[in-house]
Amino acid sequence: MIQPVLLWSDALLFVLIAAIVALVFWARRQDALRAAWGRVLKDGMAMAAATVLAVFVLIGLLDSLHYRARLPAQPGAAARYAVEVLSALDALLSDLRQRSEKTYSAPLATHLFAREALENSTQREFPRLKHGGAHLGADLSNHEFDIAVRVSRGCAGGLLVWLLLVSAWCRWRGVAVVEMLKVGACRPAVSTHPGFRFAAGERNPQQTESGTAIRPVFLTLLPILLLFGIAIAVGGGYHVFGTDKVGQDVLYLSLKSIRTGLLIGTLTTLVMLPLAVLLGILAGYVGGWVDDLIQYLYTTLSSIPGVLLIAAAVLMMQVVIDTHPEWFATSAERADARLLALCLILGMTSWTGVARLLRGETLKLRELEFVQAAQAFGVGRFAIMRRHILPNLMHIVLIALVMDFSGLVLAEAVLSYVGVGVDPTTISFGTMINTARMELAREPMVWWSLAAAFSFMFALVLAANLFADAVRDAFDPRASA
Amino acid sequence: MLAYIIRRLLYAIPILIGVNLLTFALFFVVNTPDDMARMQLGVKRVTPEAIEKWKAERGYDRPLVWNSAAAGGAKLTETILFSKSVRMFVGDFGRADDGRDIAREIGDRMGPSLAIAVPTFVLGLFVAISFALLLVFFRATALDISGVVLCVAMMSISGLFYIIGGQWLVSKVWHLVPISGYSGGFDAAKFVILPVIIGVIGGIGASTRWYRTIFLEEISRDYVRTARAKGLPERVVLFRHVLRNALIPILTGVVVVIPTLFMGSLLTESFFGIPGLGSYTIDAINAQDFAVVRSMVFIGSVLYILGLLLTDISYTLADPRVRLQ
Repeated sequence: MIQPVLLWSDALLFVLIAAIVALVFWARRQDALRAAWGRVLKDGMAMAAATVLAVFVLIGLLDSLHYRARLPAQPGAAARYAVEVLSALDALLSDLRQRSEKTYSAPLATHLFAREALENSTQREFPRLKHGGAHLGADLSNHEFDIAVRVSRGCAGGLLVWLLLVSAWCRWRGVAVVEMLKVGACRPAVSTHPGFRFAAGERNPQQTESGTAIRPVFLTLLPILLLFGIAIAVGGGYHVFGTDKVGQDVLYLSLKSIRTGLLIGTLTTLVMLPLAVLLGILAGYVGGWVDDLIQYLYTTLSSIPGVLLIAAAVLMMQVVIDTHPEWFATSAERADARLLALCLILGMTSWTGVARLLRGETLKLRELEFVQAAQAFGVGRFAIMRRHILPNLMHIVLIALVMDFSGLVLAEAVLSYVGVGVDPTTISFGTMINTARMELAREPMVWWSLAAAFSFMFALVLAANLFADAVRDAFDPRASA
Repeated sequence: MLAYIIRRLLYAIPILIGVNLLTFALFFVVNTPDDMARMQLGVKRVTPEAIEKWKAERGYDRPLVWNSAAAGGAKLTETILFSKSVRMFVGDFGRADDGRDIAREIGDRMGPSLAIAVPTFVLGLFVAISFALLLVFFRATALDISGVVLCVAMMSISGLFYIIGGQWLVSKVWHLVPISGYSGGFDAAKFVILPVIIGVIGGIGASTRWYRTIFLEEISRDYVRTARAKGLPERVVLFRHVLRNALIPILTGVVVVIPTLFMGSLLTESFFGIPGLGSYTIDAINAQDFAVVRSMVFIGSVLYILGLLLTDISYTLADPRVRLQ
C-alpha cells in the first residue's frame, strides 16, 4: 500500500531512542545511577515535566514515521508512489491537513478574514469558509452554542479517557482510586530543589514502592487529555487556531513543528558529544602538546560569536546545497539534509563549552587514587580513559545534554528569523513565527499563528527546563551536598 | 601586570590567525568564488563572462593563496588570502557588495548599537542582581519559590515573543513610543527606551536565577556564619560580605560581554529598525554579503579576546589577593 521512507534525521532519531532505552536498562543495574534517577522519579515537578515532554516526544516520533502514499493504480502499470513524503502524524491528522481554506481565518471563525468580491453581488463581503463551521449551514445563530457543545463533549471525552487510565493503573497496582486522588494525601516526597526542601512525606498510595511520584503524572495528564479532547471535538468542525496565509490549519502546523524542535534540540547535542568527550578527555589526561593544541582549537572556535559562526557556516552550506541539486531526490530530502546540516553546525559551534568542562574535570580525576592505582598496575592510557575517567564524567555529559535542549529549541526560532535556520519549506516554530511576523502590521492583527507557535514553544521549553533542573540537581554532586 | 597584559595580547595573535584562517576556509575553500558568483547572479543562465566580471569587481579573481604569475613578494600579496583576510589585521575590511567601505560603515553604526546595548547591559545587571539578592534574602519562603518559578517561566519564553509582544502592546495599543526607527541626539531617547526595557525583561529570568545560585553557594560559607555570629544584621551580611565575595564568579560571566556590546543585538536592532551593527549583520546575512559577514566575524572575535583579558584584569580589582603574573 505504502512505501516507507527513512529520512536521515528519522534514522538518527530512532538510533537515539534505542540508545536511551539501552541506557535505561543498563542504568537499572548500576547502583549509583539508579539512586540518582530515583531522585528524579521522586520529584513531583520533574515527573509532571517529563509527562509533558513524553507527549511532545510521542507526537514527534509519530511525525518521524515517513512514507509515500501509493497513487491510484492504472491497470497494467507498475505501482507508482506520490512524490510527497507524508508521516504517520499526517495520516492521523489528514482531516486537518486537507481542509485548507483560501487564506487567513481567525480561530473558530466561519468566515474568511479578508473581504472579497462575491460573484453575484457588487459589495465586498467576508466569504464563508469551505470547512470551518460548514456543518452549520446557512443558519449561523447557533455558532456559539455549537462550539460550547463541542467543548463540553471534548472535555467529557478527555475526562473519560483519564478516568479509564487512572482506574487501570490503580487496578494494576492494587490501590483504591479514591486513595490515589485524595487531595492533600500526598506532598512531594523529596524535592531536590536547592533552597526549598520539603520534609519527606510518609509513604502513601500515590507512590510506588520505589517512591516514584505517580500522582503528578496523572494530574498533568488530565489537562493534556482535556485539551486533546477539546481539540478533537472542536477541530472536527472548525479551525481551532485559525488558518494561515495559504489557508493551512495552524493547529496542524504547530503539531508538525514539534518534530523539528525536538530534532534540533537532541541531534545537535548528539552530534557534538563524541567530539567534545574525546577531545576533552584527551586534553585533560594526556596533557602536553595535545592539551595545547586542543585548547587552542576550542579557544579559537569559541572566540567567534556563535550567531555569526553559525550564519557563516549556514550561508556556505546553502551555496553547497543550491549548487548540487542532483544530490537530493525529493524536496523533503533536501529539507532534511538542511536540517541535519544545521544540527551539525550548531553542534560544531557549541562543543567547546562541554569540552572545556570535561577537560577541567579530567584534570581533577587524573590525580585521584583510583586512577593512579590503575597506572601503577600498568593499565594502558586509553583503557584508563575509557574505563576509569569516562564513567566518572557521564554526569556532566548528561547534564549538558538536558540543559542544552531548551536553549536549542529557542535558538531555532531566532536563527530562522535571521534567515539561517531550517529550510523555508520545513514546518517549524521559527518559520511559523517568521511568516506570521509579516502580518503584524495588518489591521486588525493576525495574531493566531504567532500565539499558537509561542504557546507550543513555551510548553515544550518550560517542561524541558523543569526536567533539566531536576536532572541536574539529582546528578550534580555539588548540588546534593 | 603590564608584562602579563602584553603576554596575553601576544597570545591573542595565534588565535586571531586561527579565526582568520577558519573564516577564509569557510568562505573561499568550501565554496569557490565561482560558486558565490553563481549564487549572487542567480543559479540559472549565468554566462562565464558575467561570473568573471562579478569576481573582478570584488577582487575575487586572484588565486587563493599563491599567485605564481606575479613577481617577488607579490606572489603572496596578490592573492585572495592576503587581500581579503590578512588585510583585516590592519583594519582594512574592503568594500561591501553595495560598494561602501565596511570599516567606515562600522564606525558610523557603532553609536546606535551602543545607545541600545549599554543601557540594556547596565540596567539588566542592576535589576537582576537586586532581584537575586531579594530572593536570597527571603530564601526558602513562598516569595523565593514563586520568584524562582517566575524566572524559569520567563526563561522559557522565546526572545522573539518579548520583542513582538512589547512592540505590539506599547507602540500599537498604547501609542507611547514609535514602533521603530532612530534619530541622533536627544531625540534618540524615545526610540531607545522600549528596546532597552524589552532587553532587560527578556534577560532577567536566566540571569536572576544564575546570580541566585551564586549567592546561595556563597551564603553557605564559613565567613557568613562568622558575620552572623558577630551579630551583623542579615542586610549587612548580604550587601557587605556576600555581594563582594560573589563578585568573582559574577565578573567571570559579565566582563567578557562588555566589549561585545559594540556588536549590538541582532534581533532587537532589526525589529526596531535601529541602524546599528546588529541590523547591519542581519542585512548582510539576508543579502548574502559575505565580505560584511566575514568582517563582523573577525571584529567579534577580537572583541571577545579583549573581553577575556578585561575579565582577568577585573579580578585584581575585585579581589586584592589575585595577582597576575
